[in-house]
Amino acid sequence: MHLLNSESGGAGPQPTALTEASTVPKIFGGQPLPPPSILAEGRLPPPSMDHLDELEAQSIYILREAFARLKKLALLWSLGKDSNVMIWLARKAFFGRVPFPALHVDTGKKFPEMYAFRDRFGKEWELDLKVEPCPPIDAVDPTLPPAARSAARKTEGLKWALTKYGFDGLIAGIRRDEEATRAKERVFSPRGIEGGWDVRDQPPEFWDHFNASPPQGAHLRIHPILHWTEADIWAYTKRENIPIIPLYLSKDGKRYRSLGDQDITNPVASTASSIDEILIELDATKVPERAGRALDHETEDAFERLRVAGYL
Amino acid sequence: MNMILPSSVSATPNGTTRPQVRIVIVGHVDHGKSTLVGRLLHETGSLPEGKLEMLKAVSARRGMPFEWSFLLDALQTERDQGITIDTTQIRFRTRSRDVVLIDAPGHAEFLRNMITGASQADGAVLIIDALEGVRDQTRRHGYLLHLLGIKQVAIVVNKMDRVDFSADRFKAISDEISAHLIGLGVTPSAVIPISARDGDGVAERTPRISWYQGPCVVEALDALEPARPLEQLALRLPVQAIYKFDDRRIVAGRIESGHLSAGDEIVIMPAGKIAKIKTVESWPVTPLHGSHSAGRSVGITLDRELFIERGDVIAHAGATPRDTRRIRARIFWLHDKPLAKGDQVLVRLGTRESRAQVVAIEKAVDPGELSNAETTSIARNHVGEIDLSLAQPVAADPYQDNPRTGRLVIEVNGRIAGGGLVLSVEAGQRAVPIDIVPVESALRPEERSARYRHNGAVIWLTGLPGSGKSTLARALERRLFSRGGSPILLDGDTLRAGLNNDLGFSPQDRSENIRRLAEVATHLARNGHVAIVAAVSPAIADRAAARRIADAAFREIHVAAPAEVCESRDPKGHYAKARAGTLPSFTGITNDYQPPLECELKLDTSTRTVADATDAIERMLAETGVLFDELVDLAANI
Ligand SMILES: Nc1nc2c(ncn2[C@@H]2O[C@H](COP(=O)(O)OP(=O)(O)OP(=O)(O)O)[C@@H](O)[C@H]2O)c(=O)[nH]1
Ligand SMILES: [Mg+2]
Repeated sequence: MHLLNSESGGAGPQPTALTEASTVPKIFGGQPLPPPSILAEGRLPPPSMDHLDELEAQSIYILREAFARLKKLALLWSLGKDSNVMIWLARKAFFGRVPFPALHVDTGKKFPEMYAFRDRFGKEWELDLKVEPCPPIDAVDPTLPPAARSAARKTEGLKWALTKYGFDGLIAGIRRDEEATRAKERVFSPRGIEGGWDVRDQPPEFWDHFNASPPQGAHLRIHPILHWTEADIWAYTKRENIPIIPLYLSKDGKRYRSLGDQDITNPVASTASSIDEILIELDATKVPERAGRALDHETEDAFERLRVAGYL
Repeated sequence: MNMILPSSVSATPNGTTRPQVRIVIVGHVDHGKSTLVGRLLHETGSLPEGKLEMLKAVSARRGMPFEWSFLLDALQTERDQGITIDTTQIRFRTRSRDVVLIDAPGHAEFLRNMITGASQADGAVLIIDALEGVRDQTRRHGYLLHLLGIKQVAIVVNKMDRVDFSADRFKAISDEISAHLIGLGVTPSAVIPISARDGDGVAERTPRISWYQGPCVVEALDALEPARPLEQLALRLPVQAIYKFDDRRIVAGRIESGHLSAGDEIVIMPAGKIAKIKTVESWPVTPLHGSHSAGRSVGITLDRELFIERGDVIAHAGATPRDTRRIRARIFWLHDKPLAKGDQVLVRLGTRESRAQVVAIEKAVDPGELSNAETTSIARNHVGEIDLSLAQPVAADPYQDNPRTGRLVIEVNGRIAGGGLVLSVEAGQRAVPIDIVPVESALRPEERSARYRHNGAVIWLTGLPGSGKSTLARALERRLFSRGGSPILLDGDTLRAGLNNDLGFSPQDRSENIRRLAEVATHLARNGHVAIVAAVSPAIADRAAARRIADAAFREIHVAAPAEVCESRDPKGHYAKARAGTLPSFTGITNDYQPPLECELKLDTSTRTVADATDAIERMLAETGVLFDELVDLAANI
């Protein structure tokens, strides 16, 4: 029995550890910090916040830190479910008004429903909307596989916009649960002068203290919903009644789980025609969210290469 | 036994009511952390479709037998080197909760990434290779868990297949590590023998470990509790920002502990000003009623106009944090260059940042070797106790009193370099003046602006010595006075003769000089005067601090003549002295003037006349709402 727990005594040999503690060389003269008194006080009443409240509060904290510490921010609005939640959170953080531009880096190949959504809600939400085009495909690294190359156009478009406006912070709606290299991201993620991501040398980040001093000419990516999951996004969208693009709901037995460029995004088989049904479907599915995104699956390192070069 | 619930039975598809617990896996390099995470996902049926095939292919491509660690080690260099570089997170479910597993690297080179991951955890699993036993990173991680405030730790003795599932070997390791942790004040909740690669002890007790009676890993994870927000403690609301998007002046921040409601009497620390919470603001519904507690990001308005800024801490009267400039902390150090006595650093405590000096290093230890290192500096990946002297007063709590506000981060060159716990704070000489109530003027601001035809403002002229700040300031003073206004000149040199005669020209003293100028000017501006400040003020950071103090009243003007022109003018003979070497800290020939990146106005005095420049300032003041042009406006104001 190796349950070193006071309630677990009885069966099996007693753990010897407790009696041998004194032979261990002690750090700092054998004075471990006693636990804070609050933690010693035993049971606490049930929390007054639920899971979505906690996610929301953390995201608002991040957005406000970004706004306080950076000079020229923009929020990347891809029109999808995640960035719509992000805009909603920004409106909560800043009491109704998004105090920085919403930047749509437009590949020109989005679904018509997406453009309609942008035109309507850009106005309704009073966004300072900036639409920036992407360069032609010939200008993009020809060694990338086709879908990745197509996606890399967006990185180039992003670089153009960065140079044009001189943003020092870009707020992006990526999540850890989407993809394995995104799971390694920081909340405040520094980029090089060329926009690249140095995955081998990310700075430490803890206790909600963020590294917010990009070197001259470089920028930071800020990820306020990194800790959310796909199901969290939908549950929150429903709770807050945030508008969505209808392509996410099932039509003729198919729906989109993730929206990208028309030519490299495929719908998944689904009968979910409401957010409630999406939540039930997600609870059961084992199909990854980005299964319909061709660029994730071309080669083992295609997505990492894109991200290191500055893709989201 | 299968701990995973068939998903169709899950009563809460939206995941909102299940508790979520975050668990970090730590331990020495190669002891099997990433493998355990991969195996846990597999055993609990949590791997997405196609993942297993993908891992097989990735392993085969590298000519390796099947590697579970490739699930998390997603970077190409991680796979090629067979080592975790950065921390990552992945989720799965047990019967009772959602688990976020945080994988941390074991290599000492990446300790900063281990801390990044572990700092987010509620509990930890410390893994030890049964063949190798306890190693330096095992001890270092154990110690860091303690510094990070993680009290719930389960131990896993891995690779039991390599020691023929020997119960004796297991007991020896179990005893050694338990004793070590108990010495640090952490009692492990379980010690479990496993083979992460083969699955023994992960989701069930297999026959190969039949001699073991305790919980398997999944069960042990199920027993770890999520951390709770500290609602029971005294209120601490560190101020993130003040927003004036409309006619509300909203103080925004996250409640770190305690709770607040509209009507509460509050104290703003470290200054000790008192006020009442007027409303709790929100969106889309506002104002909010009731009590708001720890963990919430809120916005409040106050019942009176007083100066409050990012970094202040709002507390309830009678239960305030201490106001201090001296802190003792127990820290871990991550920077290449050891932290030494006398070092200048930046300290972040909540939302406050302050420059600080390390005035003493009391202890320095390598927690991996358990040897006392030299005590004049703290090397990379070592821990120690230090005394910090802060450039400005901060509101702080000892960690004992408040685990959220009792911790700090140290920054070097804009990058986080260390962090730790506040052991004690030395309250300054000054008693906490919580009973100071600023006396309000008998006149309302509107009454004054009606007479002067301007609003209160701080006009800040910055530029090289000899650029023409004082000349312009005097011309502007005359111009505003002639139109019936109330301008007041605050010249940097004039104030140094009296109010600031205790200050020299070190960066620290220069900052304090600017702070005092800004405070005096802001007081005048609040009372409707136009304070004209003429001061070299070379540091961007100092001018930013002045802007924070004066807030919306601030107008920065860069008086920008080329350096050669300034030197040739040399009205006070300073350049000549500096060139002769008799004026050491003179800004001008040392190139330490930092021009504004953004300011309300930039004037090149080498190409325009004084009258012309004064016109430009007057125009800017009219355009930005300081001067009223029309009497009609005035009528509307009365
Ligand atoms: N025989 C045996 N090998 C194992 C077991 N668990 C892990 N390994 C092997 O040990 C090696 C290191 O495993 P990892 O999971 O990468 O170790 P880690 O602790 O994550 O390493 P870092 O993250 O780099 O510190 C791999 O080759 C695994 O296959 C086990 O139970 N038995
Ligand atoms: Mg690993």
